[in-house]
Amino acid sequence: MTDQAYNFAYLDEQTKRMIRRALLKALAIPGYQVPFASREMPMPYGWGTGGVQVTAACLTPDDRLKVIDQGADDTTNAVSIRRFFQRTAGVATTERTTDATVIQTRHRIPEQPLAEGQILVYQVPIPEPLRFLEPRETETRKMHELEEYGLMHVKLYEDIARHGEIATAYAYPVRVEGRYVMDPSPIPKFDNPKLAGNPAIQLFGAGREARIYALPPYSDVVSLDFEDHPFTASKADHACDLCGSGSSYLDEVITDDRGTRMFVCSDTDFCAARQAQGHCGRLSPQGDAP
Amino acid sequence: MYVAVKGGERAIDAAHAWLAEERRGDPAIPELTVAQIREQMALAVNRVMAEGSLYDPDLAALAIKQARGDLIEAVFLIRAYRTTLPRFGTSRPVDTAAMAVDRRVSATFKDLPGGQVLGPTFDYTHRLLDFALAAEGEAPPAPQAPARDEPVPHVTGLLDRDGLIEGQPADDTPAPDLTRQPLELPASRALRLQALARADEGFTLSLAYSTQRGYGRTHAFVGELRIGRVAVQVDLPELGFAVEIGEVELTECDTVNQFKGSRTEPPQFTRGYGLVMGQSERKAISMSLVDRALRWQELGEDFTGAPAQDEEFVLSHCDNIQSTGFLEHIKLPHYVDFQAELELVRRMRREAMQMQEAAE
Amino acid sequence: MNAILTGGFADPSTQSAHAFRALLEAMARPGRILAVEGARPPAPLSVAAGVALLTLTDATTPLHLAGAADCEALRGWIGFHTGAPLVAAEQAQFAIGTWDALHPLGRFRIGEPSYPDRSATLIVEVDRLEPEGARLTGPGIETEARLSLPETAAFRANRALFPLGFDCILTCGARLAALPRSTIVEDA
Repeated sequence: MTDQAYNFAYLDEQTKRMIRRALLKALAIPGYQVPFASREMPMPYGWGTGGVQVTAACLTPDDRLKVIDQGADDTTNAVSIRRFFQRTAGVATTERTTDATVIQTRHRIPEQPLAEGQILVYQVPIPEPLRFLEPRETETRKMHELEEYGLMHVKLYEDIARHGEIATAYAYPVRVEGRYVMDPSPIPKFDNPKLAGNPAIQLFGAGREARIYALPPYSDVVSLDFEDHPFTASKADHACDLCGSGSSYLDEVITDDRGTRMFVCSDTDFCAARQAQGHCGRLSPQGDAP
Repeated sequence: MYVAVKGGERAIDAAHAWLAEERRGDPAIPELTVAQIREQMALAVNRVMAEGSLYDPDLAALAIKQARGDLIEAVFLIRAYRTTLPRFGTSRPVDTAAMAVDRRVSATFKDLPGGQVLGPTFDYTHRLLDFALAAEGEAPPAPQAPARDEPVPHVTGLLDRDGLIEGQPADDTPAPDLTRQPLELPASRALRLQALARADEGFTLSLAYSTQRGYGRTHAFVGELRIGRVAVQVDLPELGFAVEIGEVELTECDTVNQFKGSRTEPPQFTRGYGLVMGQSERKAISMSLVDRALRWQELGEDFTGAPAQDEEFVLSHCDNIQSTGFLEHIKLPHYVDFQAELELVRRMRREAMQMQEAAE
Repeated sequence: MNAILTGGFADPSTQSAHAFRALLEAMARPGRILAVEGARPPAPLSVAAGVALLTLTDATTPLHLAGAADCEALRGWIGFHTGAPLVAAEQAQFAIGTWDALHPLGRFRIGEPSYPDRSATLIVEVDRLEPEGARLTGPGIETEARLSLPETAAFRANRALFPLGFDCILTCGARLAALPRSTIVEDA
């Protein structure tokens, strides 16, 4: 049941039109950050107001919405955002990646490959990949205009000089279609390869910073690196202790105060589906660990 | 056995119920009414209206009640409500020279047309706790003076007559609105003033104070500070004239600042301006100092690197709903990012230790 | 008069949501043809062009009517249903007309180097819209797409301006496709 006091998907039509126009321009200029008149939402900045506005502008009553935070459907903020759209848009929701038509995410790309017909909406805190090198928007805008990305390469190279490798583990910058350097939101760099050539539409919303950007399907997205230090998508060197997957991104759980740890899939839907198919891990309840 | 953390939904419901209980406090104590807050916590209500950018004392009082007295949270409630309101039009500029003043003081002239009106101010109270209030004693009624009928012209207008202060030609450019357009830099003065009028009082105060201590000093005098009610008028094209739709209480501060001049131009004082909804003196004075500091370029002054001169810095950080949201969001789960860093640090440590061992 | 007041969305929030999803898919997948519904604009406008206008334009979006689209009936309809201010091509955020009527294309905004998004979106009414003809490659296209375009040279010239350039929505009856500036267009 939708809340009658508010318009469908909360935002008024004029606001949705404004966001929709920004989304179309974002798709036309992949990786470029389109300024938009971000609204003050009934949840705090930092909680996903950009993603929520993008989702609200995209939703139709026929959609099935999935919301994840850290890969999980049951984290409190994912629950809260899902409820917001149940209440204001009356849309069906799902926890299954394959069943979802719109997925709003914070910090992860689902393990299950996405398909045409799906939209992945990212919540973005700081959309400007150059922000930590240059705090002024007036400067970074010029740098994008002139494709002046040398500073970024210098920073990455300094990492290599100091640490022997590029010491950026998440929000790892990418170059889109050989033009704009883009912040992929704070996803682990493990997820970066999924940005490229993805059949789904990927939309990015930064509410507080009032920016929207996008990756059309099958876009060319390259993680910045050097020939002698190529990008690698790393993860903890373990298998999931519940489903046994050796290829999924893992959460680390500390299980006692003596340093005992276990590793479980961060993507709860992926893990549950594998367990339902009979896969098990080191600590599966079945006890028949491989 | 480990089970993935579930129950986010139940936890949220329980947290909200508990919050409602805490908000109410001891049920043996009578509940505060919105009217009580509006009347007796008026300065808090004013701050919430000013920073919430919505002139509605009842809603601001309700927000304060709902927010358990957390004024930034109350501002947030008002802002979120305000976004959903339709826009019917734009009022005419309010005429603060025609303000019905409750308080009007000038620091630059001992007396002046319209007079000095001290009004309801804390200025000369001795800050001694009044235990009579704890006993809920009623204050005796204040003495009344007959209303003064004379006009109260702006001090800056009086200075302007003699060319002693920079002119301020009327400008009919429609006012920009940063709640409907993304902020673009450099910003116009009108846009900066809008941002400052709804900026966090504490942030504005600190910036203004920093200019007084030398970080972008502007030698400000309070030309005048006035508080009172002004009529709000809206043009109705159908009728062909403006109608008054209500009154708002405002605090206005004009500062008279450091003069400029050159070999060819005779020296003139410059202006800083503050205008805030409700009675908010501290905010209005702060705003006028920061406004003046931000005008360095227009007035041909040097940028000394002072925070209050830095438009991008001030406008990007003055909004407390933005800053509190982003600040507090770091308490949300970040274990995916942290895991990525853990993995990286562990690997780099391993490699560093291997290299050390190999060296030994 | 009646033609002015009718033909808008009966249920704006739902209909514009569906229409936008079609526009989003179209802009995301250049060359993909999608069906839309819900608008009944006066002649000579197509249903799809009407849907695009109702979904994307309002009093904040200057609109240019080119050629036959610049008629009394349409001016009235647009004024009533969207409130979009009608302007010259140079000021337009959106423009609508046949390919020929939109010429010369150099009049339209292509954005600024630091704000390439400040560019016009052209709603191009075409007689034929089929997945054949010009070869399209680039973002949004897995291998290649084909689309019946009125010409290719203008789109190649537009692509050469990237990241500046205009973006097109092609409309025909109740169907539409899009051609953003990022698409590489080659002759069939």
